Amino acid sequence: MSDTYEHHDYDVLIIGAGGAGLRAAIEAQQRGLRVGIISKSLLGKAHTVMAEGGMAAAMGNVYPEDNWKVHFRDTMRGGKYLNNYRMAELHAKEAPARVWELEQWGALFDRTKDGKILQRDFGGHRYARLAHVGDRTGLELIRTLQQKVVSMGIDVFMECKVLRLVHDSEGRIAGCVGYWRASGEFVTFQAKTVILATGGAGKSWKFTSNSWESTGDGHAMALWAGANLIDMECIQFHPTGMVWPLSVRGLLVTESVRGDGGVLRNSKGERFMFNYVPEMFRAETAETEEEGDRWYEDHNAGRRPPELLPRDEVARAINSEVKAGRGSPHGGVFLDIASRRTSEYIRRRLPSMYHQFMELAGVDITREAMEIGPTCHYIMGGVQVDADSQETVVPGLFAAGEVGGGMHGANRLGGNSLSDLIVFGRRAGIGAADYIEAGHAATSYDQGEIDEAINEALAPFSRSEGENPYTIQHDLQEMMQANVGIIRTQSELDTAAKELDAFADRVRRVSVKGARAYNPGWNLATDLPSMITVSKAATQGATLRKESRGGHTREDYPNADAEYAKINFAQSTSNGKWDGAINVVESPLAVMPDELKALLEEAK
Amino acid sequence: MAQITMRVWRGDAQGGDFENYSLEQNEGEVVLDVIHRIQATEAPDLACRWNCKAGKCGSCSAEINGKPRLMCMTRIDALPEGPITVTPMKTFPIIRDLVTDVSFNYVQAAKVPALLPPPMPEDGYRMYQEDVERGQEFRKCIECFMCQDVCHVIRDHEDNKVHYAGPRFFIRYAELEMHPLDTNDRRDLIREEMGLGYCNITKCCTEVCPEHIKITDNAIIPLKERVVDAHYDPIAWFGRTIRRKPKKSAAEAAVQPAP
Repeated sequence: MSDTYEHHDYDVLIIGAGGAGLRAAIEAQQRGLRVGIISKSLLGKAHTVMAEGGMAAAMGNVYPEDNWKVHFRDTMRGGKYLNNYRMAELHAKEAPARVWELEQWGALFDRTKDGKILQRDFGGHRYARLAHVGDRTGLELIRTLQQKVVSMGIDVFMECKVLRLVHDSEGRIAGCVGYWRASGEFVTFQAKTVILATGGAGKSWKFTSNSWESTGDGHAMALWAGANLIDMECIQFHPTGMVWPLSVRGLLVTESVRGDGGVLRNSKGERFMFNYVPEMFRAETAETEEEGDRWYEDHNAGRRPPELLPRDEVARAINSEVKAGRGSPHGGVFLDIASRRTSEYIRRRLPSMYHQFMELAGVDITREAMEIGPTCHYIMGGVQVDADSQETVVPGLFAAGEVGGGMHGANRLGGNSLSDLIVFGRRAGIGAADYIEAGHAATSYDQGEIDEAINEALAPFSRSEGENPYTIQHDLQEMMQANVGIIRTQSELDTAAKELDAFADRVRRVSVKGARAYNPGWNLATDLPSMITVSKAATQGATLRKESRGGHTREDYPNADAEYAKINFAQSTSNGKWDGAINVVESPLAVMPDELKALLEEAK
Repeated sequence: MAQITMRVWRGDAQGGDFENYSLEQNEGEVVLDVIHRIQATEAPDLACRWNCKAGKCGSCSAEINGKPRLMCMTRIDALPEGPITVTPMKTFPIIRDLVTDVSFNYVQAAKVPALLPPPMPEDGYRMYQEDVERGQEFRKCIECFMCQDVCHVIRDHEDNKVHYAGPRFFIRYAELEMHPLDTNDRRDLIREEMGLGYCNITKCCTEVCPEHIKITDNAIIPLKERVVDAHYDPIAWFGRTIRRKPKKSAAEAAVQPAP
């Protein structure tokens, strides 16, 4: 055991304090375990807070004909059948109970006339299904869970960056090592289990809705620790990010704008989405504007408008319109709700969008259209886990939320992320508790791994001639945006692979100025290895998947290929080094039971 | 494009001073963009907090030209011409540069007695929009802590921090006290230990709230009316009798039939 550094000891250690991490903590603490949560930011600031539209749960409050089977089917179709079917099934079945539970802890959702939780429409969901609070549902979720965690007295370690997971001599997870951002001092955590709940990885792209935190730390640490990553090529570019002013480019514009009646238009004023309805969704999509408009009033009076196709379809369509020269002045298209809904309605339903555009772009969305374009938003790929317990192949290591893989297949439906967090956060808490109760916990703690991580983290201070970490990050984002963006092709992916080797060299030469206490330059330098690992995994996955599916579009392989629907690419490392080679195997998808297959057949 | 001069406070608990940075102004930029550009070029160790860059997380609070603002929502072109001063929030101890130790707020959060609802019916509680709306206003709070920063009870009197929860937590208490399902009674606690009486409703908190929550009018004043003993304060008592809706019992609220 280390006595050099500040040290803590827990049964269940959770890395990440967003929705999944907090929900996991609640569950594990209720099992009587000692639980600690580590957060890279302050408590309550995690990326969950940015979620706007809502959380999907087939409660049937607005459309009683909704149920888990329809939700399961929508999720699988949205994911282009690459999903871990068992996760999609558990998610659809358990989401309603998880949402109701939040109300016991203080959440205040918008209501139906008869006092139930109101549900709103979103892309790819057959029925109005998203529990929400205006357009700030993520804030409601994180605040509710945060307040619950605090009231239970769970230990939260804020502004602590984790560098590495640590094993015991048998290869089980035994804890982690990190540093306090405020002081720059190192800290070690010993734990019987670790739950990764670190969120996403979008910060490797230039135009992203993700914050500085989303550097894929959990994805990378899991890979280095011996776990597998799957579907890393499947990255969601949300169709509607702000495009102007440049300083806010990528900032999210909620899908609720379309769910509440907003439409997309090109520079000629055409609702172009009618030209981009894929065969798979033709039967359930409106053919005319009039039919689409009727649907908003009553889902049985018409079919859904094509603006509410799954996100991958809409993002590609916008991309095509811009390429064809029908874009807006700043390289996006127009999102128009002003001409379709009253000012009062818009301000009540979309208060933070109104605020965001007014303050940052000087645009009054109740009077004029917004300029929007695709922005890197979510990574479907993540750590391969057992659907029921969220355990990885590394004993004692669990993963939940965006860092987990499989639930969303090749494309996530809007609203399925917040519900993912609470369904699988809880399951990870149960999984970790079961693991401990079965007596599997680690018995030792590898000091060598700690020393190595700390030496690596400190190295940038000793290089006087190296490169500024901000320059490397900036160039990496440019490169990934250009070569592994929304539309991919072999030559660009080859370029990216080669460039990433060069970036790894640059990271090995990065230099940091100043002291260790609250030094953002140093903090970024310690994030760069994760960013490189995640970028490499995404590039490699995108190279291998020679088809187009969901959040992975290949210009040179524009169609889906049924053979690729049967496999995930499972990536791993053999030496645990951040700049080591990534190995890949084809990992066959589990075969769906007939009763679930029938649900998908019925829907066709 | 015009040049801008940023005067940014740099230092730590031991002390510090302003440092000037001169940059070109880009169209549409906010203060946080400029701070980021300084970090990426001249001063990679310039400490600031930020996350969402969209006014939703409340991380990047600072005092811009002496006034508490979110750096991510303050457009450079909306500020008066001349040097722009950026300093850390004054009420909290300095960690480094623009980063302060806001743990006071987390200590206060841990003191709040949780919601205590009745058992939940099988298909969820019934609550009505008009009943949840009051609480929803307070739950818009993004915990930027600028109301705490500007509140003179603790801004100018450090020793008050031990017995004063501050505006952020008064809206939290108000939210719980107005919650249609809550059965907990926090009135003695709020009066005796949270220092509600220290607030003399100057509305500084309301003025700086980036979410435009009417902290004073909708939370603090009703809360004062609710907790102040009628014998002490006849005006509050009178206000209470004419304004306050009787709180439904939680059981009643939970099983209420549709209107």
